[in-house]
Amino acid sequence: MLRFVIRRLLQAIPTLLVLSVLVFAWLRLLPGGPATALLGDKATPEKVAAMNNVLGLDQPIPVQYVKFLGRILTGDFGASLVSGDSVLAEIGRAFPATVELALAALVLAVGFGIPMGYLAARYRGRFLDHATVLTTLVGVAVPVFFFGVLLKYVFAQKLGVLPPSGRQDVTIDATHVTGLFTLDGLLTGELDATWDAIKHLILPAVALASIPFAVIVRITRASVLDVQQEDFVRTAESKGLTTATIRQRHVLRNALLPVSTTIGLQTGLLLAGAVLTEKVFNWNGLGALLAEGIERRDYPRLQALLLLAATVYVLVNLLVDISYAIIDPRVRVR
Amino acid sequence: MLPTRAGGLRRIALIGLAGALAVTTAACASERGSGNNGASDTFIFGAAGAPKNFDPIFNDDGESFRPTRQMYDTLVTYKPGTTELQGALATAWTPSDGNKTWTFTLRQGVKFHDGTPFNAAAVCFNFDRWYNMKGAAAQSQMIYYGDVFEGFAKNEADTSGQPVYKSCEAKDDHTAVLNLNKPKGAFPDAFGLTSLSMSSPDALKKYNADNVTQSGEAFTYSPYATDHPTGTGPYKFDSFDKANNTITLVRNEDYWGEKAKTAKLIFKIIPDENARKQELAAGTIDGYDYPSPADYNSLKQAGDQVLIRPAFNILYLGINQKNNPKLKDVRVRKAIEFAINKDQLVKNRLPQGAYPQDQFLPDNVPGHTDAVEKDSYNPDAARQLLAQAGASDLALNFYVPTEVTRPYMPNPVDIAAAITDDLKAVGIKVNVVQEPWNGGYKDSVQKAGKQDLHLLGWTGDYADAGNFIGTFFGRPKPEFGFDNPQIFSALSTADAQTTPDAKKAAYENASVLISQYVPAVPLSSSPPAIVVRGNIKGLVPTPLTDERFYTVTKG
Repeated sequence: MLRFVIRRLLQAIPTLLVLSVLVFAWLRLLPGGPATALLGDKATPEKVAAMNNVLGLDQPIPVQYVKFLGRILTGDFGASLVSGDSVLAEIGRAFPATVELALAALVLAVGFGIPMGYLAARYRGRFLDHATVLTTLVGVAVPVFFFGVLLKYVFAQKLGVLPPSGRQDVTIDATHVTGLFTLDGLLTGELDATWDAIKHLILPAVALASIPFAVIVRITRASVLDVQQEDFVRTAESKGLTTATIRQRHVLRNALLPVSTTIGLQTGLLLAGAVLTEKVFNWNGLGALLAEGIERRDYPRLQALLLLAATVYVLVNLLVDISYAIIDPRVRVR
Repeated sequence: MLPTRAGGLRRIALIGLAGALAVTTAACASERGSGNNGASDTFIFGAAGAPKNFDPIFNDDGESFRPTRQMYDTLVTYKPGTTELQGALATAWTPSDGNKTWTFTLRQGVKFHDGTPFNAAAVCFNFDRWYNMKGAAAQSQMIYYGDVFEGFAKNEADTSGQPVYKSCEAKDDHTAVLNLNKPKGAFPDAFGLTSLSMSSPDALKKYNADNVTQSGEAFTYSPYATDHPTGTGPYKFDSFDKANNTITLVRNEDYWGEKAKTAKLIFKIIPDENARKQELAAGTIDGYDYPSPADYNSLKQAGDQVLIRPAFNILYLGINQKNNPKLKDVRVRKAIEFAINKDQLVKNRLPQGAYPQDQFLPDNVPGHTDAVEKDSYNPDAARQLLAQAGASDLALNFYVPTEVTRPYMPNPVDIAAAITDDLKAVGIKVNVVQEPWNGGYKDSVQKAGKQDLHLLGWTGDYADAGNFIGTFFGRPKPEFGFDNPQIFSALSTADAQTTPDAKKAAYENASVLISQYVPAVPLSSSPPAIVVRGNIKGLVPTPLTDERFYTVTKG
């Protein structure tokens, strides 16, 4: 088993290397470059050339790549061109924001999605079912940025009940411990900061939850309808069990199996979907970091973010393979 | 947890709904209770981006200047709402020795935020610091200093030749004398540049201000630049909360001038323009810069104030003579100018308050003159000139930037479409090539000179004609592809004039020469706006977009 894991780990190294080459080359082949973005509108071509020289961007791409590789092997991902901060520090700061938003969206999507899907299946063909199906259609069809702007217009601009964007009111002088603002207030005893962070979280979380919510409702509904047709449900009925017991013990429990797989998939998508939501709601997370990085051609930041994503992807695949190997020994010898 | 009875799920769903409603209602109550965000002693401004750092000498962009301008003072400054000079840390500034020496009489009783006195020694410390800055990383960030002073004690970045700066002497506590190697037309106006703000020598030393290091492809700044900026301005640095993207400044109670009206000044960084607009509507910010002209009306209807600044920029249609030999004929270039209906362009495609231009200087810059040839819209004359020059079959590549908005061109693609229609109407074939601003356009146009025609513009830094026409036409450039020694020498002569009157006359002369030669077509000047909520008073919009917020009150 250990040998299998080690072999898979070693196999992941060339994958990551190839990915790093692709990321590196792709960024450098984009037209325009950091020097133009750094120096602003008034930069003359001479200044841009001089800046490229200072940054080492006038060297051949393979030379740049080898230097870059040397640095990241020592854990130095460089500093952001935009902020001057180390990109690892930037990512460390933005990560909790994205996690907080994705978790909140997940709680909403699951918390409302499963009951709604179940109810729709139970009242199949009745008004509640039709309404639910229509809602989920809209949920999937409307783009996040449009829905987000609409939410802001209604709840922030017209009704004035929730803040339009940002993570915390600027006048609140809160202490950050974990970077999860809703939790930080609880840890430091600044309850008004937590309350304020929750208010800021509601609209973006609802916007981000819209698609996974719709997906979960539909899967739950379909799955419950499927399970209701199963033989074991008929058996249970013929044994004379109460409807409540059948629904709870047999239908729902079995129906939730495919739903949990979907939730897993949606969690990954949530992190990716946060890019747009973060932009619309000025949510200072990884998505916002990526968007600004692309606009400003912030090579070090983009390299680190894309490599981080690639590494996570490779690691997740590795974990999946290892878990298969544990379940099915035949995989190990393949 | 699953319900044990059939009605359980329904009950749970209802409880959930009720809970959601309760949260919303509670949020509603508390938001309404606090009214608009922040007390009346806090002015909150929506910024479009984060500053690079807070050391003015290493910056050249608006988003970095906006907060630093509130914390620092320069030797001279510009009267609010104008481009005219007035005293700031210096009460008088006198040139001598053919403008090679500038004597500053300094304001007395001024203190830096760290309590150390501002005096002539501090002034010279700042000038010496800039001149002696070491390291390519540091020098390459000093864009304005490099431009104005043309180099350092030891050049490590792109500047070369003899630098303008020679030495600085502190004659007494409140007299600083600046010696230059040669006169420079940009002075005294350039002494008001935010980049040339005065920092506390003690703080500069204590926080290692000159230590700009390179980390991979980026620069890392000193603690002075990131956490301890120390000037003499009306506000002091408090914090930059990067997790929440807000910069907080607090009132400097020892300010030498009129004290700031609000105790706190907060910049909330909101990169998305639509998000800025919605935050203003929701009352969570009090203002933001460069609202889109398309929003002016809806903002005003919502009770906000759209403050229009006097225009201090130029939009032009560039002509590159290198690729198409017909463009070397001045008659063809004049025909292009005759073909463009600038009045229509301004009316239909540019913001309220924009006006057509017949030269490359806004009206408020000395050197702007009525003596230029006014080649107004005349399609018949355009066709005739093209025929005379044997260019009736003229076909041109017109490069147009996308993904960019500038005060002088809110929508370049729309503007280019109007110009293209005008050119086609006189028989010129136009091939439009669109490229993203940061993704190739600037390189194609300014470095490679691939285009025949292109759209570009400029916002001035100070009221010196050299900052406009000197930058455009002072030397051969790939952007325009011509070599006209007469124009180049007229501009360098103008830059070397030592009295305001002679300088004005020399730039007027250069303006006339340029308008006869038509190296490009001046199109328009557009006033950028800044928007604040209806309850904000005391903000003076200025043509240099260098507003200082200490006069602002919140009703």
